Amino acid sequence: MSSNNDVLLRVEDLVMHFPIYRGVIQRQVGAVRAVDGISFDVKRGETLGLVGESGCGKSTTGRAILQLYKPTAGQVHFEGVDLIHLKGENMRQMRRKMQMIFQDPYASLNPRMTVEQIVGEPLMVHSAATGKEIQERVAHLLEVVNLNPAFASRYPHEFSGGQRQRIGVARALALQPSFIICDEPISALDVSIQAQVVNLLEELQQQFNLTYLFIAHDLSMVRHISTRVAVMYLGVIMELADRDELYTHPLHPYTQALLSAVPIPDPVADAMRKRTILEGDVPSPANPPSGCRFRTRCPIAEAKCAESRPEFREVKPGHFVACFFAERFL
Amino acid sequence: MPDFILDVQGLETTFKTPEGVIHAVNGVSFGLNESETLGVVGESGCGKSVTMLSVLSLIASPPGKVIEGKALFSGQDLLKMQKEEIRRVRGAQIGMIFQDPMTSLNPVLTIGRQLEEPLMLHIGMTKQQARDRAAELLTTVGIPNAKDRLKDYPHQYSGGMRQRVMIAMALACTPQILIADEPTTALDVTIQAQIMDLVKRLRDELGMAIIWITHDLGVVAGLAQRVLVMYGGFIIEEAPVKELFANPSHPYTIGLLGSLPRVDEKERGKLYSIEGSPPVLYQKPNACPFAPRCRWAMERCWKENPVLEPVAPEHRIACWVDTKTGRPR
Repeated sequence: MSSNNDVLLRVEDLVMHFPIYRGVIQRQVGAVRAVDGISFDVKRGETLGLVGESGCGKSTTGRAILQLYKPTAGQVHFEGVDLIHLKGENMRQMRRKMQMIFQDPYASLNPRMTVEQIVGEPLMVHSAATGKEIQERVAHLLEVVNLNPAFASRYPHEFSGGQRQRIGVARALALQPSFIICDEPISALDVSIQAQVVNLLEELQQQFNLTYLFIAHDLSMVRHISTRVAVMYLGVIMELADRDELYTHPLHPYTQALLSAVPIPDPVADAMRKRTILEGDVPSPANPPSGCRFRTRCPIAEAKCAESRPEFREVKPGHFVACFFAERFL
Repeated sequence: MPDFILDVQGLETTFKTPEGVIHAVNGVSFGLNESETLGVVGESGCGKSVTMLSVLSLIASPPGKVIEGKALFSGQDLLKMQKEEIRRVRGAQIGMIFQDPMTSLNPVLTIGRQLEEPLMLHIGMTKQQARDRAAELLTTVGIPNAKDRLKDYPHQYSGGMRQRVMIAMALACTPQILIADEPTTALDVTIQAQIMDLVKRLRDELGMAIIWITHDLGVVAGLAQRVLVMYGGFIIEEAPVKELFANPSHPYTIGLLGSLPRVDEKERGKLYSIEGSPPVLYQKPNACPFAPRCRWAMERCWKENPVLEPVAPEHRIACWVDTKTGRPR
């Protein structure tokens, strides 16, 4: 991966293990290998989609990037600054530039705070504004996310799911960040509301020149919103490529199976598709398979796959795959 | 009129809440043909689950109440049955699967025990017969080492396997109808594909009728033969599956389909979005419940609630507007 000014965020060999303790003396007996050595770049102004099934480590990746978890190993560079070793005031200053939108708009807003307090809190914490100015900024932010500024004195329970998610977006925008991690921002919303929020996110990206890491399990929505897409499985990135390249020429057997499993809202197109139905379940990240993580469910696995982990390599320009046999699908 | 195996007429269900009475189902009528797969689509709160729970008398009362309607199953009205009678229908003739397989299984009983119970209760099998049949059922739904796994508890099964157990349980007494309420919503896509594959196979083998409730239009497209679209406690569109997707006619259905990105999407335009959010009905509406969010709404829509009327063979919608011309139909 070349180093140039376009790269806003660089993640290298990021590892995030959560220890498992057992017994009276709470001895560590193992670890949940939530993220197990992943590398990728996020370019300025793009949306990188991060997809995978539940438990694959996509949300953990997002949190480890923002240093909400202390990564076990690896490096995270944001605008060229190493976040992992950043401390105190320096880290606080960096946090202004990186924000997060959470999945559950019911759990991520404090029910005892008014909308003004919620959206204004980052401004206060970072002394970005005071008194009357906060009010004005909040009113403006609410307008930006298409909410009536007159609602500023209301509490979260007075809003619908879609409106709450807009409040969450307004809060994330308060400090004028350049990078926002969207962690499943629409999965808790109804179908007709999802499109509203996605359209809003796209408009804001244009307006404020934002860079997104869009974490989701909905492959159709990820295809719609992303510039490039990374597919995760059991803590490892299996494939990363430009959006259309990944969806039309998937090279990893897991991506192929995943794409073929997504239902298409069109009975004619759906009936014509070739499906690969994977057998079995995702193994536990506390005890992942040796070698390639996917080999236990992979339709083309061979002995070699159990011995060593396939390198995450660039098979075509900009198309990275972690599979020994990616060339077969070229 | 064709002979439906389940014929629901004018169903209305309300819930008493501290904020007032919520009208969840407001006069729903539909028929289910023999060995047909009927998809019921709608967003949360549209009344799709409550409709089916009402039919089976599974609404907790109070606060819920079925205030109107009939549900004829082989000529008998399910809604007029005594508790004991309906209990014999549920499980034996009409099987059910719910969204969350963990909460629908009893965590302190073994899978075997839970599978054997309906067999002994409804069909009168002996313990040994029930055990053999239970192992057979688990094998049918694709669980390896069925005999040993009967001794396991629900927490020892994964989410997808629990849903397989639920299906096995629903099929235990070879019902004529299977009602599935969002059975794959809590599952990952690769597991969802496994379950849908299984259901299709079992449907073809056993020839039962299925009512599949979901919010996912993609799932319906791959599974159902006919679809009902619900909104605000009403059926607002009804059509054979191909017709519905080729020619959606109610503004809500059009909006819903337009708001979905597709995994095989080629162009990347702005998603069509339906502004506003679904209603909570404290009164039985006397106007079209979708009017506040509809871009075609006319004066009449605010005054009169449209009823289902045919727009093509077997295709009915409840709408005053012809969306192709924007004028009254």
